[in-house]
Amino acid sequence: MHVAVITNCTPDTAAAVAIDSGGNLKFDDKLVVNPWDEYAITEAILLKEAHSGQVSIITLGGPEHEEALKHGLAIGCDQAIRIWDDALQGWDSLAYASAVAAAITKLGGVDLVIFGKELPDIASEAHIFQTARRLGWSPLGFVAKIEAIDPAARTIRVRRQVESGTETVTSRLPAVISVIKDINEPKYPTFIGIRKAAKASIPVWKLADLGLDAAAVAPKTRRLAYQDLPKREGAVEIIDDPAALVDKLLEDKVI
Amino acid sequence: MSVFVWIELHKGQPIPASFEALGLARQLGDRVTGLVFGQGVDDAVKAAFAYGADTVIKADDASLARYRFEPYVALLAGLVKEHSPAIVLAAATTSGRELLAGAAADVGGGLLADVTELSLDGGKLKAVRPVLGGKVLSVEAVTADGPQFATLRNRAFPQPEPDAGRTGDVITVSPALAEDAIAAKVDSVESAAGQISLSDANIIVAAGRGVGGPEGFAPVKALAEVLGGAVGASRAAVDAGWIPYEHQVGQTGKVVSPDLYIAAGISGAIQHQAGMRTAKVIVAINKDPEAPIFKLARYGMVGDLFDILPRLTEEFRKKLNK
Amino acid sequence: MEFEFTEEHRMARQMVRDFAQKEIYPTIKEWDHKHQPHPDVLPRMAELGILGINVPVRYGGQGFDYITLALVCEELERVDASLRVIMSVHAGLNSLAMLQWGTEEQKQRFLVPQARGEKYAGYALTEPDAGSDPVRLRATARREGDVYILNGEKMWISLATLADHMLVFAKTDPNAQPAYKGITGFIITRDMKGVTVGDIKGKMGVRAGSTGWIAMQDVEVPVENRLGEEGEGFYIAMSCLDNGRYTVAAGATGCIRGCLEDSLKYSKERVTFNVPIAQHQLIKQKLAFMQQWYDAAQLLVLKAGWLKNQGKRNTRETAVAKWFATDMSVKAALEAVQLHGAYGFSDEYDVERYLRNAKGATIYEGSSEIQQLIQADYALGYRQDKPLRCELPAYDPEWWQSEN
Repeated sequence: MHVAVITNCTPDTAAAVAIDSGGNLKFDDKLVVNPWDEYAITEAILLKEAHSGQVSIITLGGPEHEEALKHGLAIGCDQAIRIWDDALQGWDSLAYASAVAAAITKLGGVDLVIFGKELPDIASEAHIFQTARRLGWSPLGFVAKIEAIDPAARTIRVRRQVESGTETVTSRLPAVISVIKDINEPKYPTFIGIRKAAKASIPVWKLADLGLDAAAVAPKTRRLAYQDLPKREGAVEIIDDPAALVDKLLEDKVI
Repeated sequence: MSVFVWIELHKGQPIPASFEALGLARQLGDRVTGLVFGQGVDDAVKAAFAYGADTVIKADDASLARYRFEPYVALLAGLVKEHSPAIVLAAATTSGRELLAGAAADVGGGLLADVTELSLDGGKLKAVRPVLGGKVLSVEAVTADGPQFATLRNRAFPQPEPDAGRTGDVITVSPALAEDAIAAKVDSVESAAGQISLSDANIIVAAGRGVGGPEGFAPVKALAEVLGGAVGASRAAVDAGWIPYEHQVGQTGKVVSPDLYIAAGISGAIQHQAGMRTAKVIVAINKDPEAPIFKLARYGMVGDLFDILPRLTEEFRKKLNK
Repeated sequence: MEFEFTEEHRMARQMVRDFAQKEIYPTIKEWDHKHQPHPDVLPRMAELGILGINVPVRYGGQGFDYITLALVCEELERVDASLRVIMSVHAGLNSLAMLQWGTEEQKQRFLVPQARGEKYAGYALTEPDAGSDPVRLRATARREGDVYILNGEKMWISLATLADHMLVFAKTDPNAQPAYKGITGFIITRDMKGVTVGDIKGKMGVRAGSTGWIAMQDVEVPVENRLGEEGEGFYIAMSCLDNGRYTVAAGATGCIRGCLEDSLKYSKERVTFNVPIAQHQLIKQKLAFMQQWYDAAQLLVLKAGWLKNQGKRNTRETAVAKWFATDMSVKAALEAVQLHGAYGFSDEYDVERYLRNAKGATIYEGSSEIQQLIQADYALGYRQDKPLRCELPAYDPEWWQSEN
């Protein structure tokens, strides 16, 4: 069984962020492995252990994202690959998805692709479903538990968490899933794994290696700038009537 | 300019967020088409008109009875390719976000996800979206030609006033995929029940020393329930044994960042503040007008929480139709 | 001269940091209050391979270098001294003694299970009447055929009630001249007849640490359990301190860092006279000193670690690192408590625990006063290191990382 995990580093959401006059994001601390991806990596390793398979961990990004790959290797992934090309600068979910899908195809023999639920700095999971669409595979998002997986029979059954509750869904392999928090207890790197990861040399696949041209990953959207949240106003507003408070809160759209 | 709006259904009824999408659609374009997919959708079709659709495209089939990615994406993408709307909108629910991502991929269009502001700039969608745990706003725009996709954050846009007398053309279409061409089968469904985790909650109602004892949490829980929120507590209440430690907010408890934090009978010591000060809106309810919590709050009510909380609960019940 | 950590150093340190902060930190205060060890600490450190971090792979360990041992101790003590104390006695004092002085057979019997975390290990030199002056120890070991009969009482022994293997020192020749030549080291196990153990409560600090006494009443210890030769015990005991003190120094560095990090955070949040206190000069002074003490302490520790990696004698360097880092950790904790005001005096915040923990480290493993005598005597030339019969092996990556 071959599982691929897609990962990235992200800014630490606990760190202070600031926006400069040019609308660019500045943050103090370095990037961290996307906390959502910890669950994805661990789920892949659990599957590897249960089915004696292999796990590939893939990122799309600059060298700063290799930290996430090394982390995956240290936990037990078998190989790591970084996708990068100048043509991939700037975030677009469809560009990302097209490149990742091409990498999965190039790897060959992948049964399951696992993503963490979202990227905090992008605050979206569109790239996950678009990757599935580009691959022509069944996506199962927001998975709280893989209840059963049969690589031979090509089936997978999961429990998904949606707003209205949970669904148990059966589908076919190969599949793309995104996993939510608490699907598992994230594993730590092993010391043997750390040694392996420190020594690993990670190949970089460019668009040409993926059989794509720039047009195939042309972005469809663009970030114009970052903005601060509107400032919190000064003094407290004392209200006498509960009905008036309710109206204000509804107006503020916090309910 | 033609705008498609996917009307998401829950138990045959459109979800309120879909109405918000219709309201926005009317502002952005001049022809609004509601898309209603499901089984037994006539009521939903009527509601779509009432809340602003000019036309409704409906697909009524067993294979669409419950949202699934493949049949819905195939259907939506097909319709978008056929009709070439300028814009496609949906509420940013788990289904809406999946569906529009998939359809945008099929169509090769740009997608702005989970936006809190949306406008047109030179024919292209421009949006504001919170990122990095809501600490920062990202301003983004679609650059590609062709249909543009956006999912809208719940409650970020106003709900239009319904007009029950409105009606329009209904176009009936068949599903794009036959059932046996669909890989995913839903085996079972369980409705959401049980407590919302404090760390994930968008709304928290918290209480402290002021409740006087474990029974004092009853009005707190009642308000939390009506609001669909979680219950929090200050260290004083937890140390006194009135509520379990897992509800503690603060330096030695959980750090939370909800949209709304209602602090009842909590003085607002710095240890508690450390756990909740990044909440978007803080409401303080306390007998003591000098309590430090009022310095942190956006809104405050000075009085007895046992009087105020039930009245708030009642008002919310009315306004939220619960 | 390279001042860069390797990728392995960084990743190993991060892993231990994540473990200690995510799994132990949330509830450590409760256990500290109860004067009881956090029950998950030992088993988890064993499971994760931390207990054998720098034991060669061929002896059941993870094969990392001596510097990694220091970084791991720094991260553990950043959360609580009780975590690092485990490393000091199990990994430092005992396991490295086995590596340095043990026969191949003893390594297989004791070191391997210890490194794997299957058995816990401790070190028992101190007695009720013998601390700074270990040669005063009164425990005896009388040879009778194939066994030694041990009698005596050890006190202030970490993991006394939890360790399976204990390295104890006793006099095979109570009348030796000079007296230190009469001391011999033995490995005893908890299941030996005549061994009784008990906990000591009521410590000012390291309250989540297991500390106790060991009483030996006619304990029969086979000859195969003697570590090194008869009369060699004092050299062995002292060489153990090179490693124990190293971990204490590294831990104290973590304590200083904890004081600094917590103080930085608080200084940015607490407001007096309309500004965060970080903007007041006397607060800046405290933070500045904590930073300086951390920088200096860490450098002393790393230098000692580098010497160990090279296979060079490092008694003086580990001693000065231990002396400096522990003294400074007390000062840093005092400053941190003061900076936090009344909250520093309360257990709502962690700094009072850092202070109570830090005070112990200036007393054990060679009090600060003993350390001063050591440094002076080295400087004066009154003290010179003679080569040992068995030296601590240098870190050779290939030998340490291979299975055989």
